[in-house]
Amino acid sequence: MQTTLGQTNPVAILFFFLFISVTLGITYWAARRTRTTEQFYAAGRSVSGLQNGLALAGDYMSAASFLGIAGLVALSGFDGLIYSIGFLVGWPVVMFLIAEPLRNLGKYTFADVVAYRLRQVPVRSAAAVSTLAVVALYLIAQMVGAGNLIKLMFGLSYEVAVIIVGLVMLAYVLFGGMVATTWVQIVKAVLLLGGAFLLALLVLLHYGLNPLALFQDAVAKQGDKVLAPGGLVANPIDTLSLGLALMLGTAGLPHILMRFYTVPDAKAARTSVTWATLFIGFFYLVTFVLGFGAMTLVGPDVIRGIDKGGNMAAPLLAEVLGGTPFLGFIAAVAFATILAVVAGLTLSGAAALSHDIWVNVVRRGHVSEGEQLRVARTATLALGVVAILLGIAFKGQNVAFTVGLAFAIAASGNLPALVYSIFWRGFTTAGAVAAILVGTLSAVLLIYLSPTVQVDILKHAAPIFPLKNPGIISIPLGFLAGWLVSVLSREREAEERFLEVERRVHLGASEAG
Amino acid sequence: MLYSPQHTKENPRPDFHDLSRVVLGVFNQEEDMTDTDKVKQLEALATQRWRIALQLTLAMMVIYFGFILLVAYAKGAMGTQLVPGLSLGILLGALVIVAAWVLNWIYVRWANREYDEAIRRLGE
Repeated sequence: MQTTLGQTNPVAILFFFLFISVTLGITYWAARRTRTTEQFYAAGRSVSGLQNGLALAGDYMSAASFLGIAGLVALSGFDGLIYSIGFLVGWPVVMFLIAEPLRNLGKYTFADVVAYRLRQVPVRSAAAVSTLAVVALYLIAQMVGAGNLIKLMFGLSYEVAVIIVGLVMLAYVLFGGMVATTWVQIVKAVLLLGGAFLLALLVLLHYGLNPLALFQDAVAKQGDKVLAPGGLVANPIDTLSLGLALMLGTAGLPHILMRFYTVPDAKAARTSVTWATLFIGFFYLVTFVLGFGAMTLVGPDVIRGIDKGGNMAAPLLAEVLGGTPFLGFIAAVAFATILAVVAGLTLSGAAALSHDIWVNVVRRGHVSEGEQLRVARTATLALGVVAILLGIAFKGQNVAFTVGLAFAIAASGNLPALVYSIFWRGFTTAGAVAAILVGTLSAVLLIYLSPTVQVDILKHAAPIFPLKNPGIISIPLGFLAGWLVSVLSREREAEERFLEVERRVHLGASEAG
Repeated sequence: MLYSPQHTKENPRPDFHDLSRVVLGVFNQEEDMTDTDKVKQLEALATQRWRIALQLTLAMMVIYFGFILLVAYAKGAMGTQLVPGLSLGILLGALVIVAAWVLNWIYVRWANREYDEAIRRLGE
């Protein structure tokens, strides 16, 4: 097939500028509502459950899941489904264990919850380390993805693409704070859900609205194997380990957790997870149809010819079904997706730097409102520059492991500390620091020793640690370290204040006051 | 808002203790804690919520890891086509997503009906 991918596409550019103008317009409007720290970090706690559900979905449905999973399904069929499902099953965990207690107990960052009855300085310092590690690793994946995608789709140079993403994202966060970031996520989520649904509908129309006919055609063209588990699950322990990190990592991602502070109360937090789970589940089901559609209507060879990893499966499918204009629309949606995710990440990293480190560690809480806001914006600017530099530094590098590592750190470093601090009376400061640092460092170390880094990147003959995913070891280690160190270091004040935590978790801040 | 911790004899560690109270707007502990009935009710509710959260989380884990184990160890069976075009693996995969929705719905129903009502009674 002939593709116009990579050539200047006027429709893509039109949609892209339309998206940029609408979102910058929102930012201008939001900037006038961003005068306090609470507005900057938490959108004045005025976001509704449905809006936050869409924004959560926007934060979570990255270009990697849209383009990457569609590509994986297009090239290897069934195996892609394992990833789709893994990304969704973390959401019920967020709902059952984290969302409502977090909303009632914290203020801007997840460290607020962990540090609530513990000593502020050590806990917040450790939490900032794991937060910044997750944000940086996630940013690397997004920025490198942005550079490559935009190069493929718009024909722009890699560096120009990375700088554009960095600057536009900075405009949103710097001026519009959480209000603008939330609305960018909502616009992006609606575009992505709408675009993916439309594309899937076109695929299914081709098969008389019968998904089974689509799967049968895939079998006819590629063989029975596309409907069965294949080579991606060669090592079952590794698959389990990945699954564990995907499932438990979602509940520890700082940019996701931060969103629960934008709603007015715990009940709205509950509503927002329900919406997010519905949207995200729907999206992954749709992606599965897109992947099989690309397999049958575009063909694996054509997809591999454009990009070995299969990332262009969905855009190519759009071109086959809707011509150059639809390709342009999908390309612009993919770009918008990256921009929105990068904005959410930057804001959560800035909150860790300014709210946790500057306000509560360096200044021990004695900070004026004006200074807090100034520091928050400075941290945003610094992180924006870091994001651009990371994108350029990792050009041409294999960064496939970074998102997996971010999830592993979130699951091993952040989740144990969060769960203990909400549910366990005997949790102590030393236990919290141990849980966060042991979880984070073991995940990083095991990834470094894994085949992904040792064999794929450093080109050594054999890895030191056999698994690609550290979760199955590092998550239990994080929980174990938090428990063991807490038991060995009893903290009376923390135990006495647990009743206060329980009141606050269940009754909320206002009822308790 | 300017943080202004109040240093008192009862709070010998102003940096850590008072700060979180002021930052997070904590209620007056001494006054409310005298009502031991309410405290007992709260602790019972906390235990109940924890039990439900844990059970539902474990249910999600069993379903998801059951699926992964089938994918890993029963490849042949998962590839069996129940009707032409629909393999067992695809059906079970879609059902895991549906199960996530159902578990979410079970929690929300419990929370909206029983938990919120218990909270309302506690707040009185």
